[in-house]
Amino acid sequence: MLTILFDGIAYGMVLFVLGCGLSVTMGLMNFVNLAHGAFAMLGGYVAVLAMQRLGLPFLASLPLAFLSAALVGIVLERLIYRPMYAKSHLDQVMFSIGLVFMAVAGTDWLMGSTQQFIRLPVWLQGRFEIAGIGIGRYRLFVIAICGLLAVSLQWGFTRTRFGSRLRAAVDDARVARGLGIPVNRLFALTFALGCGLAGLGGALGVELMGLDPTFPLKFMIYFLIVVTVGGTSSITGPFFAAMLLGVADVVGKYLVPQVGAFIIYALMVGLLITRPHGLFARARA
Amino acid sequence: MSAESFEARVRQALYAGRRWHPVEIGFWILAFAAFLLFPRHLLLLNEITILALFALSLDLILGYAGIVSLGHAAFLGMGAYAAGIFAKYVTGDPLAGLFVGMAAAGLLGLLTSPLVLRGSDLTRLMVTLGVALILYELANSFGSLTGGADGLQGVMMKPVLGQFEFDIFGRTAYLYSLSVLFLLFLIARRVVHSPFGLSLRAVRDNPLRASASGVPNGRRLAAAYTLAAAYAGAAGALLAQTTQFVSLDVLDFHRSADLMLVLIIGGAGYLYGGLVGAIAFKLLQDAISSFTPQYWMFWIGLFLVLFVLGGREIIHGAVKTVAGRFARFGRGGAR
Amino acid sequence: MSVALQTFELCKNFGGITATDHVDFSLAKGARHALIGPNGAGKTTFVNQLTGVLKPSSGRIALMGEDITRLSREARVKRGLARTFQINQLFGSMTPLEMIALVTSERLGRGSRPFRALDLDAELVGQTAEILTRFRLDDMMDRTIATLPYGKQRQIEIAAAFAARPTVLLLDEPAAGVPEAERRELMQTVAELPDDVSVLLIEHDMDLVFRFATRITVLVNGRVLAEGTPEEMARDPAVRAAYLGESAHV
Repeated sequence: MLTILFDGIAYGMVLFVLGCGLSVTMGLMNFVNLAHGAFAMLGGYVAVLAMQRLGLPFLASLPLAFLSAALVGIVLERLIYRPMYAKSHLDQVMFSIGLVFMAVAGTDWLMGSTQQFIRLPVWLQGRFEIAGIGIGRYRLFVIAICGLLAVSLQWGFTRTRFGSRLRAAVDDARVARGLGIPVNRLFALTFALGCGLAGLGGALGVELMGLDPTFPLKFMIYFLIVVTVGGTSSITGPFFAAMLLGVADVVGKYLVPQVGAFIIYALMVGLLITRPHGLFARARA
Repeated sequence: MSAESFEARVRQALYAGRRWHPVEIGFWILAFAAFLLFPRHLLLLNEITILALFALSLDLILGYAGIVSLGHAAFLGMGAYAAGIFAKYVTGDPLAGLFVGMAAAGLLGLLTSPLVLRGSDLTRLMVTLGVALILYELANSFGSLTGGADGLQGVMMKPVLGQFEFDIFGRTAYLYSLSVLFLLFLIARRVVHSPFGLSLRAVRDNPLRASASGVPNGRRLAAAYTLAAAYAGAAGALLAQTTQFVSLDVLDFHRSADLMLVLIIGGAGYLYGGLVGAIAFKLLQDAISSFTPQYWMFWIGLFLVLFVLGGREIIHGAVKTVAGRFARFGRGGAR
Repeated sequence: MSVALQTFELCKNFGGITATDHVDFSLAKGARHALIGPNGAGKTTFVNQLTGVLKPSSGRIALMGEDITRLSREARVKRGLARTFQINQLFGSMTPLEMIALVTSERLGRGSRPFRALDLDAELVGQTAEILTRFRLDDMMDRTIATLPYGKQRQIEIAAAFAARPTVLLLDEPAAGVPEAERRELMQTVAELPDDVSVLLIEHDMDLVFRFATRITVLVNGRVLAEGTPEEMARDPAVRAAYLGESAHV
């Protein structure tokens, strides 16, 4: 049982890394980017290709996944995302769904529709037992990396100049602009960082979540739950939301496999009904 | 000007909104004439008709009541499964099945309407998406009833009105679907030009002023949502009956997303948007899939992106110009 | 004189801020009453509580002797309490004709009828025409509201509230932002409202207040500071200090 809990935590950690970028961009520009999962998929495929074709070791492929997703993020933000900020939520949703569809079909065309795998290095394979709890080495590795990331993100968000500017801009972009904070550049950087993290999460998640061209569609709802439940104003909110989701999903699927993802969706709808306002748009004074 | 003559002017102006335009009459004559004009494409025409009904349903809530939805497939699927299961276990009579499909979807709409009454557009998008996903999971889990991933097999339909047997060319299917569409369209047209329809537009335009004018916003939106759900259910029932098969695909996310695209192409809020959009969408799909069948999804995505980035203004500008020309022509003809 | 609208100890707190503080207020039947006070005095909060946009923290509201504190917005409208908004709240995509027809149809209880045609309803047509004529909107009834000049939009704002046939009409700064050229017509509209409608005017423009009102209540920091005839208020030293003196600098 505790082993399952442990798996759930690892899963939740990956979800956090995948979703936290989305929650910040949503909070900052009030922009709904359903295509966030496409960047995660990109990271996943980059890692897979780097290992299969270039023969890079697993650890080296991770930063590559981060960088490539971040780079594509910067370019797309500049070219096509920026005109979207002023449009309605409906338009933003349609637009990013369009991107998802293109990404899914494009990946299918380039890579084929088969499930992709990565070969983990030997030291990450298998599991060991501590006090009767089976602990997968790779899951422990994921928890360590993601935990480290969460801590440093929290530190960066609350303690650095970049973080305080970011928080000011999230609070009120117009006032922040008036104070001389370059909101547009800040957003581009954050967007890139968020995409990069998604890419990294995608690479880390290949082993846990699988990877095929439908990845952005399959996991779209998961990212949304992380943002919905966690809110957009902090790092800790999405973090706890992701942990909750990861554990609930893994445990739920283990205990009552027939019900499957049903619990998760019901949970989201329930939360949205009970707290319809305090979710995306934070309470406006 | 005397009070009576001004009253007459007011009456005339209110009548103008619901008057039948010659172009509208032409549209429906063409739709029925298509049965004779394109005898080899009746299956495609049937698909267009069903999609048009589905889009009409979304137009009722999006174009008139201003409710955004990313999960309209929930009602299509509900109608399809209800009609399919009813045909399999109770009776294969199409009209009874159509009624059951509409009632089931309408009931689902009524039950879920409290979820879309509150919150921002964003919350509505997420909630409707969530409801559709839940339904998908349910249909997948209750395989004994729905057939699960294999789809619902063994749906056998009786002849429509006991007379017209469904055939492999889609002759009966098209006329049946088109008749249902036309009838439901007439009702929808009546509804949007009624005091009830006017109050929906009021809520869409400005909920605060609507309630300050005595409109019970929540009840009106719930009624519109239920009606639209029943319409989507009718589309689902037609789909199940004319294909004699229901698969999980009817609840899939892409159904809802495609539907949005249909309405974006045609434009929302004048009832014909969904119909025009459905024709354009299906013809486009048909054309594209003839040379790249697998990657249709890519093109859908590209269209969505281009539409939002600015193509919509261009297309609707063109449509307006053409419509304006027709309107002048129509007015000239009416005089 | 009997009372049309009355509040008892009406309070509204936003967090630590008290927007209205135990307001006891009464509006006589057929009154021309003005509510004035400096910015942030709680005037709009007060109106929003009266009409049900905001829930009072404590206290009661009575309309024609009936407690309406817990009623929904639309239920209050049905009982004869209508309002205009400080910032235009119109149905931008409609024509003035449609907007007035909507309010009339809701008042006549037609709004839940999905199959009735608007033009075949003689009562609806007649009453809509009457409102359009009264508010001089007849020559532009077919144009989209959003395209009309601002002064006309203010006019529609009042017409729409009046179309609900209120016993009590709340006008929240009807002249706000209206250019000088269109002001006269608007003031005339307000002056021409029939006597049996009790009017509460919330206004900054002292010119309009003194021309229109026979009674004035001064609200400062959420409390009623003073109440009386325009002459009494103009003389009252506390009112001058709190409000009139301040506005003299503006």
